[in-house]
Amino acid sequence: MTRQEQGRPLVGRSVPRREDRRLVSGRGRFVDDIALPGMLHAQFVRSTVAHGEIVSVDLSAVRRVPGVVAAFTADDLAIADITAQLGRPRSQFVPTAMPVLARDKVRYVGEPLAIVVGLDAYAAEDGLEAAHVEYAPLPPVLGEETALAEDAVLVHAEAARNTLVDVSLFATEGIDDIFDAAHRVVEVDVTTGRQNALPLETRGAVAHWDDREEQLLLQTCTQVPHQVRTVASRCLRLDERAVRVVVPDMGGGFGQKCVVGREEIAAAAAALRIGRPVKWIEDRKDALSASFLAREQHYRARAAFDADGRILALDADVVCDMGAYSCYPFTAGIEPLMASAEMPGVYKVPAYRVRGRAITTNKAPTAPYRGVSRPQYVMVVERLFERAARELGLDPVEIRRRNVITDFPYTGVNNITYDPGSYLESLNLCERAVRDEGWYDTRTAAAAEGRHIGIGYACFSERTGYGSSAFAQRKMQVVPGFDISEVRMDTSGAVTVTTGTMSHGQSHETTMAQIVADTLGLDIARVRLHQGDTDRVTYGWGTFASRSITVGGSAVRLAAERLGDKLRAIAAALWDTEPEQVELADGHVRRRGGDGARDVLTHQEIADVAYLRADLLPKDIEPGLTATATFDVFNDGTFSNATHGVVVELHQDTGQVEILRYVCVEDCGVAIHPQVVEGQCRGGIAQGIAGALYEEVTYDAVGEPSATSFMDYKVPTAHEIPDVSIHHLETPCAFTATGAKGAGEGGTIGAPAAVLNAVNDALRPTGTELDHTPITPQTVHRALNPEPVP
Amino acid sequence: MTDDTFTTPREPQLIALNVNGEQHEVITEARRTLVDVLRHELRLTGTHVGCEHGICGACTVLVDDRPVRACLMFAAQAEGARIRTVESLADGSRLSDLQRAFSEHHALQCGFCTPGFLMLAEGFLAERPEATKEEIREVVAANMCRCTGYQTIVEAIDACATARRRACAQACHSKEN
Repeated sequence: MTRQEQGRPLVGRSVPRREDRRLVSGRGRFVDDIALPGMLHAQFVRSTVAHGEIVSVDLSAVRRVPGVVAAFTADDLAIADITAQLGRPRSQFVPTAMPVLARDKVRYVGEPLAIVVGLDAYAAEDGLEAAHVEYAPLPPVLGEETALAEDAVLVHAEAARNTLVDVSLFATEGIDDIFDAAHRVVEVDVTTGRQNALPLETRGAVAHWDDREEQLLLQTCTQVPHQVRTVASRCLRLDERAVRVVVPDMGGGFGQKCVVGREEIAAAAAALRIGRPVKWIEDRKDALSASFLAREQHYRARAAFDADGRILALDADVVCDMGAYSCYPFTAGIEPLMASAEMPGVYKVPAYRVRGRAITTNKAPTAPYRGVSRPQYVMVVERLFERAARELGLDPVEIRRRNVITDFPYTGVNNITYDPGSYLESLNLCERAVRDEGWYDTRTAAAAEGRHIGIGYACFSERTGYGSSAFAQRKMQVVPGFDISEVRMDTSGAVTVTTGTMSHGQSHETTMAQIVADTLGLDIARVRLHQGDTDRVTYGWGTFASRSITVGGSAVRLAAERLGDKLRAIAAALWDTEPEQVELADGHVRRRGGDGARDVLTHQEIADVAYLRADLLPKDIEPGLTATATFDVFNDGTFSNATHGVVVELHQDTGQVEILRYVCVEDCGVAIHPQVVEGQCRGGIAQGIAGALYEEVTYDAVGEPSATSFMDYKVPTAHEIPDVSIHHLETPCAFTATGAKGAGEGGTIGAPAAVLNAVNDALRPTGTELDHTPITPQTVHRALNPEPVP
Repeated sequence: MTDDTFTTPREPQLIALNVNGEQHEVITEARRTLVDVLRHELRLTGTHVGCEHGICGACTVLVDDRPVRACLMFAAQAEGARIRTVESLADGSRLSDLQRAFSEHHALQCGFCTPGFLMLAEGFLAERPEATKEEIREVVAANMCRCTGYQTIVEAIDACATARRRACAQACHSKEN
């Protein structure tokens, strides 16, 4: 680890990552790397039909398969159901139970019905083949039209017309008159494909009962360890102290692992029943077909504009296909409520009306996925502006310029107050970057040669640092938001810091240590982060919604400041001076203005007094060196923002969309570690491009998922993902303890809109505009090569 | 196993594997893949499993110096070959130039795909030290990463290759003098 340069803060510098050494050496510890004495391996018997009553589940032949140790159905294990709640009237939200193992009915292909435990994973899979399940099939509900039909077959008997969430919000008075009187009204009908967040490490868990601790140890790759602990204790009817959730290294999550999985609870139940450790590692086929999915949405939206291109009103109807179950703790409201609350985005929209619905269908259930609805509604709003620009004869960047919020704080028609950002600056800088590189000239020259080059932009903000009040507005009954951190210094002067957030690639071991090292004037090598252990970490909500640095990092900073106060108080007592006269810097504790050897102490010398010579402490200072702080956000959160600019070429013969250039101008406030921020941008953009051009989970007419391997689910590689040039702006957040805003999701949010706009720009001569992602080569080919009119 | 021996997939057999210069004898079912034997029998868990159907490349190891998907090969098929895994790259606590380049360029976030990319690059650069950045990108496209967007992986491997060529040129130059 590099030494800090004298006096120069670590925050803002791309210091070497603490995580890297073990990860590049093959010495990380991921969940499948765990081996315990006597450990068994679980796999799940999964439904082969999309919708049906369960007539019988016969596991007798399974139990006779060599190497199979046990097999259990829902009735054998009697685990309590998982039910996520919203505090909304039944007209707005219908709660539905998700059994850990399907009991009476199956609701999607891949739904877990029984758990088979074997001596190794091979034996467990042998066992699956011997399972005999009899179904009384029901017609599958596979899309919006069937789900919402008057006489629809019901996925959940309690949810009429298969509707789990139905909210109508805002409805500015007189909005219909505004549309009637407007100079121009533009409309779009946008659909987006179902996607898999697709962490490269599939889900998995290792569970066993520890007799000495009288505790279930559940090692699982989750973004929300304390949520898993609560659900495990309730489902398994254990005191919560009797469950310890520990998270090993995680191979990504992106939201798929921020909800509680049924299989991790079932594996724990099996381990308790058998009395031996049980490991479950999801295979890729299950991860593709039966894990949590996201993003299948339909927007019917229209916007009214005046003759100068100023938006007057926005009206949208959003339907989100949430699949078979509500996820815990977010519920099926996660997508429609996010879209409804935040759709006006970066624009000054004077009037707004939205209806947001979640429907339930016979598809794998959904969870939050990086960006949550924002990739979709940003695409919709940006499409509306592009279309208005076309119809009004305005430049697409100019129309945005006329509409973006420029005076902050700004309280929108959606009752959200936006803290300061650089919306206009990012837009201008991005356009200038694209223009200065000559892409507008290239586009013109290409058109003259009959080539199809297009330029597209997306300008957006991203609410980060949701506190308890923001989540409470959604009426969640489990309200995330705050975070707790404890900072502890030992007698050697080294520091352990805890966080309730859970890094799964975001580099928190490094960035949280940077914050603590700066605050305490310590060498970063002497600061170690503890996360993902419910016995070590008091409480926390985990990592999602770009909350880790904003909320978790603030708690870490405040706790470190409190510990710093104590160090100063002890030093001041030893020097018989005031705490304000003591500074912590460069690995030392110094008396201000003093330059003698007696004016400098080490952290260890203070720690020695705090623990080993408590007799020297003044009466008002307690022994020991620990400090705890909580942080919550009591306003509407802090908004990161960005503009993405994309240049694409469409290939006439193949319909291929080639990205020629990708420029991102981002503003996430103070960047704790610029290289990490850039990594988040690039990785997010890659996932956004994946959604825009490649990835989709589709189902056939009987509800069989069509992509169960990487042959069919097309994850882009280095062939498809372009280099991204990133420009930084910095509008510090006024209320996070470091000035940082969240940086985890923006890339994913902007990419689909920018790519779609660029493709539509390239298609302009054809008169075709596309409104569905992923944009397939077939669609583009058809647009470029229309059937000759007979 | 000789050609005239019939072995059922589940029947345990004794196989000898040379991994990272060490000879191992393992009793394992014929059907077990190389990656499972490396990870679970030999406890070399640095090699990861991402798809089990040969697409993602997280399980890439070197078999006789060439990058191979260890999920597509039975352990028994690797008898007699020299196998290298990510655990062989560092010299004790000293990381190799390739490993350092990955860290310096932020070519990993969660780190799950990283061992596969490292072994892919290790094999490729040994075979083609003069590789251009475009050729490196082609090779990087063989594996999947869900975190980085690939740019920094390409840059890391390119930087490592460039530094090796520079060091080699200097060494040759000083020899000539």
